[in-house]
Amino acid sequence: MNLTLYVWRQNGPGDRGRMERYEARDISEHMSFLEMLDVVNEGLIAQGVVPIAFDHDCREGICGMCGFMVNGVAHGPQRGTTVCQLHMRHFKDGDTLYLEPWRARAFPVVRDLIVDRSAFDRIIAAGGYISVSTGSAVEANAIPVPKEKADLAMDAAACIGCGACVAMCPNASAALFTAAKISHLGLLPQGQAERDRRAIGMVLQMTRERFGQCTNMGQCEAVCPKNISIEAIARMHRDYISASATGRGGKPLRVEQPA
Amino acid sequence: MTLDSKVPSGPIEQAWQKRKFEFKLVNPANKRKYTVIVVGSGLAGASAAATLAELGYNVLCFCFQDSPRRAHSIAAQGGINAAKNYQNDGDSVFRLFYDTVKGGDFRSREPNVYRLAELSVNIIDQCVAQGVPFAREYGGLLENRSFGGAQVSRTFYARGQTGQQLLLGAYQALERQVAAGQVRMFTRHEMLDVVLADGKARGIVTRDLVTGAVESWAGHAVVLATGGYANVFHLSTNAKGCNATAIWRAHKRGALFANACFTQIHPTCIPVTGDYQSKLTLMSESLRNDGRIWVPKKKGDARKPNEIPEDERDYFLERKYPAFGNLVPRDVASRNAKTVCDDGRGVGPGGYGVYLDFSEALDRLGHAVIEERYGNLFEMYERITAEDPYRVPLRIYPASHYTMGGLWVDYNLMSTIPGLYVVGEANFSDHGANRLGASALMQGLADGYFILPYTIGDYLAGEKSGAVDTGHPAFREVESDVRGGVARLLEIQGTRSVDSFHRELGKIVWEYCGMSRTAGGLQYALGRIPELREEFWRSVRVLGTGEELNQSLERAGRVADFFELAELMCLDALERNESCGGHFREEYQTPDGEALRNDEAYSYVAAWEFRGTGNAPALHKEPLSFEYVHPSRRSYK
Repeated sequence: MNLTLYVWRQNGPGDRGRMERYEARDISEHMSFLEMLDVVNEGLIAQGVVPIAFDHDCREGICGMCGFMVNGVAHGPQRGTTVCQLHMRHFKDGDTLYLEPWRARAFPVVRDLIVDRSAFDRIIAAGGYISVSTGSAVEANAIPVPKEKADLAMDAAACIGCGACVAMCPNASAALFTAAKISHLGLLPQGQAERDRRAIGMVLQMTRERFGQCTNMGQCEAVCPKNISIEAIARMHRDYISASATGRGGKPLRVEQPA
Repeated sequence: MTLDSKVPSGPIEQAWQKRKFEFKLVNPANKRKYTVIVVGSGLAGASAAATLAELGYNVLCFCFQDSPRRAHSIAAQGGINAAKNYQNDGDSVFRLFYDTVKGGDFRSREPNVYRLAELSVNIIDQCVAQGVPFAREYGGLLENRSFGGAQVSRTFYARGQTGQQLLLGAYQALERQVAAGQVRMFTRHEMLDVVLADGKARGIVTRDLVTGAVESWAGHAVVLATGGYANVFHLSTNAKGCNATAIWRAHKRGALFANACFTQIHPTCIPVTGDYQSKLTLMSESLRNDGRIWVPKKKGDARKPNEIPEDERDYFLERKYPAFGNLVPRDVASRNAKTVCDDGRGVGPGGYGVYLDFSEALDRLGHAVIEERYGNLFEMYERITAEDPYRVPLRIYPASHYTMGGLWVDYNLMSTIPGLYVVGEANFSDHGANRLGASALMQGLADGYFILPYTIGDYLAGEKSGAVDTGHPAFREVESDVRGGVARLLEIQGTRSVDSFHRELGKIVWEYCGMSRTAGGLQYALGRIPELREEFWRSVRVLGTGEELNQSLERAGRVADFFELAELMCLDALERNESCGGHFREEYQTPDGEALRNDEAYSYVAAWEFRGTGNAPALHKEPLSFEYVHPSRRSYK
């Protein structure tokens, strides 16, 4: 099949950026979306044009490195699928596709379709863990975890940190990402000791990173490649409110952006 | 050069305890006066960086991805082994040790493997405490499964995403130390060389992948946790960014490279569909528990699988190995699939695929049971191939997956460069000639959480504490080499893309140093690879500049190193005149086609010393002895 692509090209944070038109010729339906871009890039290199930069690594939908907007939808039209696992059979000959980077104030564009998602790491650093230094763990079966809880925790823990939730949210909120980690750890008995402190630290960090507020639009859930439920956001709000109301969260951790 | 493995003497059960007591300690108040550089943030790197920081050392941690959570450990599906014996089925530290030495086809060091088995139980405790959501039974206790043909159920798992959950545990521990100020994390930085001062590893030189800045970093010790080199094959199950640059450049600075030819081919991957293919996707080998592998008996049979009657199918693994059937080890399953495809009986586009058929299991167990066991895998397969495995058999073919070889390290995980440590898949240590399923995660975490933090303390205790800086002239020299290397790639301005070279190199290595090897084929490859390498340096086209984010430039540097490493792999394979584990030399097989080891001549670790690009490296041998597990021939008949 043959396709027309309009791709966001931007040399760096200082560049204004613009959409450029490219033709994708002889694309096989068995190609993944990123393989289609590989083919386009090989063509550009042959013509002496600097290839399109896009983030990707595992190409099997688990590392969370890839992601951009395809016709205004994060990761493209197939639900529960990262763009690296999206295959060209979902498109037809003659289609026109618009590829743009995640757009959010907290995710500045690095180049072309690549954005800086380091704000996510800082949200995790602000409390997204259980403090257990190596060596101080108890015997694993000493902490029974009801299967239902373990399964719910796993559902939330499946987040790959790709940022599609932020990109799709009209407010550019990172609520689903933050809530997924708060849910994963807050559902487990091991996570109880720091539950209040974690909720306060992560939520405040999220705001500090200039992500927007959650207004229950639900678009995050619709594009999440791991189908994480917005129930997580409800858990986050409950933990945050109860910790702030009681003052149990203590002094929150503040993670500075490196200079 | 004599290789001192520094293996402790005395009974194997007490070796590690004894060694830990012998280690010198760094006073708690002095730990903050030492800086350790950790390169790589996968299971081994993240766990090492977090643990060293918890101990009080200053840690500088580097990764090429945009976040430490992306490292390729994240993609491991199956699980992690541990000798907990929760299932009361007769498992023990000794049995896990025994299985691992035997599975490695007697080419690993016994005391290393024993220590790995011993520490496996601590890993599970640590990960559960961190909140890793392992599968549980209704009583709330941990669930286990049997994996990769093991006779006991010792594998812990988190759905099909065990690697992801273990890595997130280590990543979170790492971020906790970032928040505490003990770790400085550098993402989108690629290590391009190691710096030696006074014969010791004293730092590294990196390139900032966003700005192109080449910078030096100093430390009292350097830890490489940069993973394996399976991407030398171009098509592999590794992430696109996985590369050998860090270990290869350390090799060129004096670290010996061991057992380069020991690479693992995983039998159950989705076959190649065309020339544009960029990677291969692994399907968990748990599929072999219920799926039956077959090809048509007739060559070039173009009928649809469901139209081929039962008596015209060849269930070749069940036929050749009645006892183990479809559950033979990875190397045996892979090689047999290649044989039938080379014979013209392969299926699917290009003829390089075999069927993995669930129709019998669906009849026996029902749709619901199969869906519960394999639903997510079937879904993934359908997403990629648009074929429904409930209706038509899956098509699978082997793909390069893991590399047992790597930088040589002693029992303390130190390479032949003092102060340069190597952990996880990047080192050669524990898997011998073949790695068992669910053992890679175990080794990465054992190295990072429980071994390196002790062993490095012994080294640091002998080093002068206090500030280290990049003022030593050695840093200037290495920086200038690195800048020169980057400039050279940009100056060529040739006609061929980096990927076209990588693809061509990969085909050569796959053909002649892949699933089965011959002296003639390896000699051909050893002639062809240098020619292609020279063509690369004459006619590669890297557009853009070095002072910006330039993905072609990043790849070009990695492919340049793969060229040199590919040559060493072929040489190592040619020198090893025997078949063992993942290394199958067609000349050395039993009359019925099984691997024929030669313990008298080849019971050693082959550690190679670099002597200049294009020059023959020098071989150093570390003899292996087996006191506890006596070498026997593997038989799966």
